[in-house]
Amino acid sequence: MSEIAFLLNGTPVRVVPEGPTQTLLDYLRDTKGLCGTKEGCNEGDCGACTVMVTDAKGAQALNACILFLPQLDGKAVRTVEGLSGPNGEHHPVQTAMVTHHGSQCGFCTPGFCVSMAVGHLAGRQDHDTVLAGNLCRCTGYAPIIRAAQSAETAPVPEWMQTDAFNVAQISSGARGQTAPGHLSPRNLDAFADWYAANPDATLIAGATDVGLWVTKQLRDLPKPTFLGQLADLQRIDRQGDALRIGAGVTIEALLQAMIPLHPSFAEMLRRYASLQVRNAATIGGNIANGSPIGDGPPPLIAMGATLHLRRGAQRRDLPLEEFFLDYRKQDRQPGEFVEAVSIPVSAPALRVYKLSKRFDQDISAVCGAFNVTIESGKVTKARIAFGGMAGTPKRARAAEAALIGQPWSEATLAAARDAMAADYQPLTDMRASAAYRLVTAQNMLTRYAHDLAGSPVSVLEVQP
Amino acid sequence: MSMGKPLPHDSAPLHVTGAARYADDVPLPAGALHLAFGLSTCAHGVITEMDLAAVRAAPGVVAVFSAEDWPDMPDCSPSVHDEPLLATGRVHYVGQPIFLVVAESHLAARKAARLGRVAYDELPALLTVDAALAANSRFEQGPVVWSKGDAASAIALAPLVTEGSFEVGGQEHFYLEGQVAFALPGEDGGVSIVSSTQHPTEIQHKVAHALHLPMSAVRVETRRMGGGFGGKESQGNALAIACAMAARATVRACKMRYDRDDDMMITGKRHDLRIAYRVGHDAEGRILGVEFTHLFRCGWSQDLSLPVADRAMLHADNCYHLSDVRIESHRLRTNTQSATAYRGFGGPQGMVGIERVLDHVAHAVGREPLDVRLLNFYRSNGVGGPGTGQRFSGAHSPVNSQPQTTPFHMEVEDFIGHELVAELEKSSQYRARKAEIAAWNSKNPILKRGIALTPVKFGISFTLTWLNQAGALVHVYQDGSIILNHGGTEMGQGLNQKVAQVAADVLGVDTGAVKITATDTSKVPNTSATAASSGSDLNGMATRAACETIKARMAAFIADKHGVSVGSVKFADGQVRVAGEVYGFAQVAAWAYQARISLSSTGYYATPKITWDRVKGKGRPFLYFAYGAAVTEVVIDTLTGENRILRADLLHDTGSSLNPDLDIGQVEGAYVQSAGWLTTEELVWNSKGMLTTHTPSTYKIPACSDRPDVFNVALWGKPNREDTIGKSKAVGEPPFMLGISALYALSDAIAACGDGSVYVALDAPATAERVLMAVRRQQGHV
Repeated sequence: MSEIAFLLNGTPVRVVPEGPTQTLLDYLRDTKGLCGTKEGCNEGDCGACTVMVTDAKGAQALNACILFLPQLDGKAVRTVEGLSGPNGEHHPVQTAMVTHHGSQCGFCTPGFCVSMAVGHLAGRQDHDTVLAGNLCRCTGYAPIIRAAQSAETAPVPEWMQTDAFNVAQISSGARGQTAPGHLSPRNLDAFADWYAANPDATLIAGATDVGLWVTKQLRDLPKPTFLGQLADLQRIDRQGDALRIGAGVTIEALLQAMIPLHPSFAEMLRRYASLQVRNAATIGGNIANGSPIGDGPPPLIAMGATLHLRRGAQRRDLPLEEFFLDYRKQDRQPGEFVEAVSIPVSAPALRVYKLSKRFDQDISAVCGAFNVTIESGKVTKARIAFGGMAGTPKRARAAEAALIGQPWSEATLAAARDAMAADYQPLTDMRASAAYRLVTAQNMLTRYAHDLAGSPVSVLEVQP
Repeated sequence: MSMGKPLPHDSAPLHVTGAARYADDVPLPAGALHLAFGLSTCAHGVITEMDLAAVRAAPGVVAVFSAEDWPDMPDCSPSVHDEPLLATGRVHYVGQPIFLVVAESHLAARKAARLGRVAYDELPALLTVDAALAANSRFEQGPVVWSKGDAASAIALAPLVTEGSFEVGGQEHFYLEGQVAFALPGEDGGVSIVSSTQHPTEIQHKVAHALHLPMSAVRVETRRMGGGFGGKESQGNALAIACAMAARATVRACKMRYDRDDDMMITGKRHDLRIAYRVGHDAEGRILGVEFTHLFRCGWSQDLSLPVADRAMLHADNCYHLSDVRIESHRLRTNTQSATAYRGFGGPQGMVGIERVLDHVAHAVGREPLDVRLLNFYRSNGVGGPGTGQRFSGAHSPVNSQPQTTPFHMEVEDFIGHELVAELEKSSQYRARKAEIAAWNSKNPILKRGIALTPVKFGISFTLTWLNQAGALVHVYQDGSIILNHGGTEMGQGLNQKVAQVAADVLGVDTGAVKITATDTSKVPNTSATAASSGSDLNGMATRAACETIKARMAAFIADKHGVSVGSVKFADGQVRVAGEVYGFAQVAAWAYQARISLSSTGYYATPKITWDRVKGKGRPFLYFAYGAAVTEVVIDTLTGENRILRADLLHDTGSSLNPDLDIGQVEGAYVQSAGWLTTEELVWNSKGMLTTHTPSTYKIPACSDRPDVFNVALWGKPNREDTIGKSKAVGEPPFMLGISALYALSDAIAACGDGSVYVALDAPATAERVLMAVRRQQGHV
């Protein structure tokens, strides 16, 4: 392993990781003795290990348990120990958490404080969203939210503003020390050639799934290659009526881009995992992973997305739905990678429904995306796609066929609901039964009709 | 006066800075080793072959132990000798520890533990209560039956009979800090243990037993836990014993920390159960006789299942007077994790049963559920008239005001349900909102709202009477500083803060002057688990006694010095007032020291009045009851079953609170945890007996946005009629059961989807899937 450099609570550190998949959490706790950052689940689902990571794009909350040291090269890390000022002054969120009794057992508290401090830095007031990735078992959250609200108006402490300034210096200093090579490639063309010649490499973008291969499956990964420095993969470009989204665009960046264009998609993405995970996870990883329960593909397919694949200098495009061949099997050649996905900038009838046991930070039992065009009372186009209903993200072809050319009526909807039974034979698992999945998928079409008609259809929109 | 002040948790400044030290954060001596268990993949079987060669050869492995290494296998059970540390020949559930890896690092131990090759001769696995009942697989000889009056005859004579059966799921504790312990071998063969445990004395006892040492050779220390909720009452035994055994074998410090998946696979959870009921009632909904059958799925070992199931029986009445009642409780042995203590300790399970009965009876007679609930309330003791509910008692209301009795023949002397519910009904505007909801529902085809009010009456005291004792040790140093130690453990509930407020109160000093220390078996011996909500009741009283002793000595000394009576000496505001003089507390402490007065004392407390015969189901197991009530409003989606809590109004009785802010924190937290139990927290086992929800990605505790949008929480605030510390009441468990209102609010919302002819009959947890299926029954789909 080559040396990496980053700022840790404002102090430059240079470290040779014990291996490419040594996690930041283990480094903090075991090597640095910074035990304020806690291990609650070791899979990015509880937020007890939340740290603030600042790079050229700004400060973000990330889960240290599934963050590998090489991903931090040239960045600034701030842990709970670094939230307090140089003389031990509490950060406003720390003060507020004490005053409002926001801690009981205290084990989740460091993670909450860091998430809150990052939100405070950005002036965010959507606390439920900012804190969706932090679990607390003691307080019932009410005092934590009271604390977050009370800290809103406090000025950002001076010491919290230094990372962004310093990170430019540390990153330029670090680059000279870091082997550019294939561990953290910076040039997309060079990486494409290298990967074509090394198809056995493990590509790691946000590590929100690969992280678990290491922390839970205890796997050793062949040729880990971190894609986070490939700036060309992180672009979102408008190309006429299409939007080309680089594979390295994080889910959070995608969410921000979707708010003005596809608000229903954006609202689903707001519930996609948690802020910490969305800050790391990429849309390319979500697609390439091929999971049948990934939330990215159904809405993309419903919009008619085009997938851009690349192997060396060779590129090819295909409709996204054709990428998913079978359970965990995709149309991707050895050495080929997902470079980008393109979607239309306009899809006014798109609605996306995520169904899970818990609203926030949960994997979908069913994720349905509907994009039906109705002209003069008749359905002229229909694209419907689901996650969680088959071994892959999959279009509801029979239901679409039952709609197209028919009047937009209850009778047509009933026929399309019935047709859906031919589209899907879902499984029963710990998230939902097969019967429930099918009924709710069918019912989502009913919801869609009410939704287009402007009726309230989401319990999240009901006010007490 | 520091009792009653809303002070922050003593550790809060440490929590928010990351400085609070948990067991996993304590620096270990050089050369410390790390442990991991190899786990059974078979729910029930005989081990036919075990090949651990690859485990031994794995990088970093120092030692591997299995049953053949320890013929005298240590036992981990808190009750009977039925939990070998490592499986001895037979495995009883998926996740049972079979072998123990000792390695140079946590990761090395975990990796090596996956390399064991174990073959099993599989036996039929009992995974459900039906299977266990059919096989007569149970703890104790047969069901436990307690009764009062003649339920069968009362039901037979009743105008109406309503019956049903429903499932109530278990609950994973999901303490954010997983199980962890470490052992430091001592110079004389003894051992020091640091454990994340609610019960240091139990750890001491079990480690001493495993090592064949006297308890005096084992010292256990617990500074704080990152959450317990009952999950660290007995479930930490295995880790501490494993560490002690490995430390003895290697003569090195040994630490064990379960990875989250291991934690959820190995350790016990809240008991799930089926509750069947048959109730005779009149047309108004007055219960005339009721029979309950509890089928508890206890898992593979006995652990604490008997007292848990007992406590469910002890709460089968909740706030309702049941004149003729029979409760039959089956404690079934199954090939699953051994279900264990969890906040409420069976009480929630018993209470959710009687609330189901009230909900069902209200449906059967077509009346407002709150009216049916009030109709069946215990009589207020001694006072009648409007607001006490006595006007509802009708022909059954006797002229005298003798307390009514529980199904276990205890007089309910302190019933405040009528007043408390009347107050909540008013503050929450329950009836007006109910009408508004009905109007709203009639206009919304897809979404429906529901509302319910449920009360709580929870008995306080350990039902194993001898556990109702506590000790404390207090030192006053010659500079006036004070160290407090007591037998309770801190798991986030603020026990240390409350007890420090008691000490400060007695000694007349600022709470900050009282130094809180780790629970330590070498300071206070023979402690009970910090459980049963008893922490501040017991340890507060013991601490008061210790402080009173020291104060009395200081007062006698200073009174004598001034030639006045002891009674005229006053301790307050860090000062001692005597004969017109005012001295600093530190000054008096220094003088007392120089006068050779002992400034150290133990204190002791044993709960009075309680007697209990669990075989007969008769006596007074509780010193008092804690009360509360909750109104929950929900909204459901009739197309998907998605649901959420819109508003909760809680009114809870903590007597004269020792610290009202900490108490409100307990009430809020308990409610959300309980709502999780009854809605999104679903434990799923597959057909092979493997728990498939063993991670937070699959087991869903409430997240931030799941708390009620509007969350009104208030304390009743009237003093406990019993002589408890500061006239306060216990708070850890009772408010948990306020969450039951969420389940019956969902029931109410679902009922809005039908014509009233079919009872909703909602199982728990009411996941979106269960809610949708119940909606479809209302719609006639099923």
